[in-house]
Amino acid sequence: MSDSKQALLVVDKLITSFDTERGFLRAVDQVSFSVPAGGTVGIVGESGCGKSVTAMSIVRLLPQPAGKIIGGHVWFKGEDLLRADDERMQNIRGGEIGVIFQEPMSALNPLHRIGRQVAEVFLLHRNISKNDAWEQALEMLKLVGIPAPEKRMMEYPHQLSGGMRQRVVIALALACRPSLVIADEPTTALDVTVQAQILDLMARLRAEMNMSMMLITHDLGVIAENCNEVVVMYAGRVVEKGPVSEIFSKPLHAYTRGLLRSMPTLDSKPKSLLPVIPGMVASLGEHVHGCRFCQRMGVPSSELRERPALIEITPSHWVENCPRCLGEHSTSNIQHRTLK
Amino acid sequence: MHNLLTVSNLSMHFAVRGGVIPRQVGAVKAVDGVSLHIGPGETLGLVGESGCGKSTLGKAVVRLLKPTSGSINFNGTDITKMSQRALRPLRRDFQMIFQDPVESLDPRMSVRSIIEEPLLIHKIGSRSDRARMVNELLDRVGLPSSAAERYSFEFSGGQRQRIGIARALALKPKLIVCDEPVSALDVSIQSQILNLLVELQRELGLSYLFIAHDLSVVKHVSDRVAVMYLGKIVELAPSENIYRDPRHDYTKALLSAIPSTDPNASRERILLEGEIPSPIDPPRGSAFGHRIKHPRYDETIGMELPLREITPGHWVAADPCCVSADDWKKLSAQK
Ligand SMILES: Nc1ncnc2c1ncn2[C@@H]1O[C@H](COP(=O)(O)OP(=O)(O)OP(=O)(O)O)[C@@H](O)[C@H]1O
Ligand SMILES: Nc1ncnc2c1ncn2[C@@H]1O[C@H](COP(=O)(O)OP(=O)(O)OP(=O)(O)O)[C@@H](O)[C@H]1O
Ligand code: SF4
Ligand SMILES: [Mg+2]
Ligand SMILES: [Mg+2]
Repeated sequence: MSDSKQALLVVDKLITSFDTERGFLRAVDQVSFSVPAGGTVGIVGESGCGKSVTAMSIVRLLPQPAGKIIGGHVWFKGEDLLRADDERMQNIRGGEIGVIFQEPMSALNPLHRIGRQVAEVFLLHRNISKNDAWEQALEMLKLVGIPAPEKRMMEYPHQLSGGMRQRVVIALALACRPSLVIADEPTTALDVTVQAQILDLMARLRAEMNMSMMLITHDLGVIAENCNEVVVMYAGRVVEKGPVSEIFSKPLHAYTRGLLRSMPTLDSKPKSLLPVIPGMVASLGEHVHGCRFCQRMGVPSSELRERPALIEITPSHWVENCPRCLGEHSTSNIQHRTLK
Repeated sequence: MHNLLTVSNLSMHFAVRGGVIPRQVGAVKAVDGVSLHIGPGETLGLVGESGCGKSTLGKAVVRLLKPTSGSINFNGTDITKMSQRALRPLRRDFQMIFQDPVESLDPRMSVRSIIEEPLLIHKIGSRSDRARMVNELLDRVGLPSSAAERYSFEFSGGQRQRIGIARALALKPKLIVCDEPVSALDVSIQSQILNLLVELQRELGLSYLFIAHDLSVVKHVSDRVAVMYLGKIVELAPSENIYRDPRHDYTKALLSAIPSTDPNASRERILLEGEIPSPIDPPRGSAFGHRIKHPRYDETIGMELPLREITPGHWVAADPCCVSADDWKKLSAQK
């Protein structure tokens, strides 16, 4: 990925775990990637692979007391957010980093009018009068394409459709013109037509505000159309990452290939059997030596002594270095000696 | 050809209550004058935006709802007005599976009891016959027989969907209404379930009414596709035609909104303005024409906008707001 020096956000060997009845679960296991200034990075992977936990770790909003960051760094404009104090984090969230979480209703207070909620962001982060905050809130709602915004400002969240609510959530996240927006499944709950409207809106605002974006989704099509780079996660780990054009045309990791192939497309033969990834997503509870994906594919885990490291196969295209997945691309001959 | 299911001019309206002393103040026209048919071994896909009435149509077809008007003929029998008691023996032949199998699977029942229940209700087989049948069904949907003694909440979403399918298959139905069966699943699990449905159809000759909002998924499984907008079918055609040559502007917008995984694909995206309309207070003319503020909208007020055949087997609403000028000429000439 891009050189970490010029990147806006650098996540470096992040480890996050949950203290559960079944012991510590490593939901995020040494995840590294970066978001360049002005770039858009997509994070993709199946349910439970750690996408949301990665996002929550970056802005330090993990469910408490279970969630703990136990290693790594999150460099944002050169500052390690994992070492910032709470006050600083509050300023950053909603200020320099806008966050759109998976569940739109969780971002909105059902008891407060829309106008008040948007205006509050300005009051919190800007030193301005209530009147000015109200005016700016109105501007913001116009910007995200809410019709009759004056009227909407007096309404409560439940009076809005899902698509309109998501626009309000976007307005909240973008109110202070952040340099980075983290969007966790911003359109998953919406219809395709509304999804297209929202993604188009976000692309326009991004260009206008020169904003970077980290977009989490399990929809590969959404990533292909909205991101420059993609990070593929499996069971808490990054298995492959790189430019979208490269990964979608030349996926190397068995998991990435499996994901891309198992999706029906408009060109797939009707009623044909789709390629499948056998098995199920690994449960984080069980400890696995070596590789979790191999385990899913039915490769005995005893053969895999170590977790493969990522190597840069072509510029910026990183993938787990392992002969089984990469064949002749692999340079590794140590970690998987026992594999044929 | 002999149809398994024929739905004619079906409407399903719900009462809206309000006021200080609650009384009916209006109606939600969730399904409004829908006609369609499904042949043996055929899949009809049903797509459309949230709230357009897909689930309501599906539930009415298997008579989980009592239609307001119109008729449903299943395999030669008019089931529109049948009582639940009279329907019971017929229910073996049509089943429904849901988006979220959690809702339809009782957490207090073992997987065995869940799958066995329909067999019990229909008094099929002896105890040991049924035990054998449950094992076969589990095998059929790719679950180990050890799953039978466990509870549905112990399973993942994809596995729960398999349990739901096993239950639906227990009575060897002819038609299954699949309401968003893969929408809640990850792509890798989604492909497993789609494959299962395709294989079952091949082997058992099942018919499906397949409801989904993912158009790539619908194209993959369907022989014909119906596009629904605000309670009405606006276009219905063989799957090939609808994707290659959509005639209704709403269908075109839906298709153009599908994100493609081919980063080099360049498509003209049609962005719809406005919001998904509400069936409580629908526009009096062309619903889609109203949404896109079409200049000819006023002409459609009070007008019938029936489906007409534009090319053989390809039906589209005769609506001046939603088809090309050429098509409108052809459609309006038909009487
Ligand atoms: N509060 C919690 N307590 C314990 N485990 C948790 C908690 N929150 C998340 N996890 C675990 O962390 C892992 C990663 O979860 P996460 O929400 O990041 O997945 P995700 O990739 O966002 O999935 P989805 O696509 O379903 O949103 C999961 O296995 C989950 O069970
Ligand atoms: N029992 C009911 N009483 C009143 N209104 C209902 C009832 N069931 C559905 N509706 C309304 O009928 C309309 C159609 O709903 P339906 O669930 O059929 O839509 P859908 O196309 O399946 O949507 P989705 O894609 O969100 O599942 C909606 O406006 C809904 O609110
Ligand atoms: S074969 Fe190697 S790279 Fe592929 S999934 Fe297994 S450990 Fe990972
Ligand atoms: Mg998530
Ligand atoms: Mg529905």
